[in-house]
Amino acid sequence: MARSIRKGPFVLQSLADKVAALNEQNEKKVIKTWSRASTILPEFVGHTFAVHNGNKFVPVYVSENMVGHKLGEFAPTRLFRGHSGKLVVDKKAKAV
Amino acid sequence: MARIAGVDLPREKRVEIGLTYIFGVGRVTSRKLLAETGINPDTRVRDLTDVEVGRLRQLIERSTKTEGALRTEVAMNIKRLMDIGSYRGIRHRRGLPVRGQRTHTNARTKKGPRRAIAGKKKVTKK
Repeated sequence: MARSIRKGPFVLQSLADKVAALNEQNEKKVIKTWSRASTILPEFVGHTFAVHNGNKFVPVYVSENMVGHKLGEFAPTRLFRGHSGKLVVDKKAKAV
Repeated sequence: MARIAGVDLPREKRVEIGLTYIFGVGRVTSRKLLAETGINPDTRVRDLTDVEVGRLRQLIERSTKTEGALRTEVAMNIKRLMDIGSYRGIRHRRGLPVRGQRTHTNARTKKGPRRAIAGKKKVTKK
């Protein structure tokens, strides 16, 4: 179910405050955050966030198109290198 | 005969159903359109008068996005997701289900026919 409009978009308050502070000083700094659930607000455009993916921080440069999405959507949590099997084994053997 | 939005409508069906042959018009939109033009949904497409067809055509053109325009919009939406590098865009790019479905089994609609994996033994029933 969609979120109630009355509440407005969810953004971690401290994160919103940090962006507001940067905007006031016209600064651009990478903001480290664990808040993957925060919605990207129009004020965030142009900033770079280091979004935690459970392992490390993934740099996310926010563009205009990203407004309305969540920060976490841009920092994948899974890494798929392909399945094991004959093909992979052959490749490895060649590399050695 | 009854060409609306670049689609030939089936002549033998009720208009309510016939209109759904247009991409972007389902049962709900169809009923709404017919109510607005004051056409009985039970009339057959072949029994529509030219005036009625004209009215429908005009209304569809004005009120709803259909066929080509709608397809481009959908394609653009998907392209946007891919360009911004979001999770959903990546799933579209890789041809995997986008909305969190399992891929251990199933997901054949998105993944297409099974591809044989080299070196995998076939399980045979005795």
